[in-house]
Amino acid sequence: MTINQGTEFKKGIQAGISIAIGYVPVALTFGLIAKTTGLSLGETVLMSMIVFAGAAQYMSLSLLALGTGIFEIILTTFIVNIRHFLMAASLNEKMETDRVFKRILYSFGITDETFSVAATQPGTVTTGYMLGLNSIAYMSWVFCSGIGFAIGAGLPQTLQQSMSIALYAMFIGLLVPSMKQSVKVVFLAVVAACLNLVFTMTELLTAGWAIVAATLISAVLVEGIETVKKKGKVTQVE
Amino acid sequence: MIIGMGIVTFLPRMLPLIMFRGQELHPFIQGVLKNVPYATLGALIFPAVLYIQEDIWYGVIGAGAAFLAAFLGANVIVVVIGSIAVLSAYSLFF
Repeated sequence: MTINQGTEFKKGIQAGISIAIGYVPVALTFGLIAKTTGLSLGETVLMSMIVFAGAAQYMSLSLLALGTGIFEIILTTFIVNIRHFLMAASLNEKMETDRVFKRILYSFGITDETFSVAATQPGTVTTGYMLGLNSIAYMSWVFCSGIGFAIGAGLPQTLQQSMSIALYAMFIGLLVPSMKQSVKVVFLAVVAACLNLVFTMTELLTAGWAIVAATLISAVLVEGIETVKKKGKVTQVE
Repeated sequence: MIIGMGIVTFLPRMLPLIMFRGQELHPFIQGVLKNVPYATLGALIFPAVLYIQEDIWYGVIGAGAAFLAAFLGANVIVVVIGSIAVLSAYSLFF
């Protein structure tokens, strides 16, 4: 059992390497901007350790720079991260059953990226795998935030720029194999992407809500169409 | 403030895993939740990938390289490193 958990943990770490690479430029830049916004090194690292959410942390910096109140910053953080509710609910269907405290432990590490990697795994995802995945992502995020603060963005500008593609390349690398196998996946992704484009272009919704709305509408719509189609086939047979 | 931000980030991540633990949800809702990862990926990639740098071609070329590599069956890590390499080459020449 222990050995099994150990190999699962290792597998999780291996799967998380892409995330760790992808977080490097984002976290370095976060550290740098935190410094210019006037945070201390301790506050910067602490925020990455406690919040562990890229988009929300960036947003809090620009709000701090604008002199926004603490309550508004916390509320904005909540709104930006509400999408993880949907992801955690989806992941809940995929995770092995385990004790409550273990679930609480790994739920802390659910980000867009760790969720994407875990959710596209075939079959059930184990607690050990999830913990390995989260650990390497978390370490990269926290360390690089600190390094970004200490030495300024750090990487040569060309590399820093090229690396900004990393997380998106990872998302594409996770999505495409499933797209090749199922037309349903193609529809799900394309519909959600188009809706997200419309919501953000028209400024109908803020970025956080746009992703939630686009995901939900696409997931419900495609599932609805599939259900109707199945029912149609059943009645035809009858 | 940081602790407050931490709490409101943690709650939405944690609650579903506790609330729905071991529960059989309606099959339609299960279906929707199984669709969520792929829909999320679509929405996370587009249109944000276009805005990673001021030069919109950066995102287009990077995403194109990643798509091609992934389509040819490359491992995720190869897709990531490959698209970084392609963009490094691009910024050297342009």
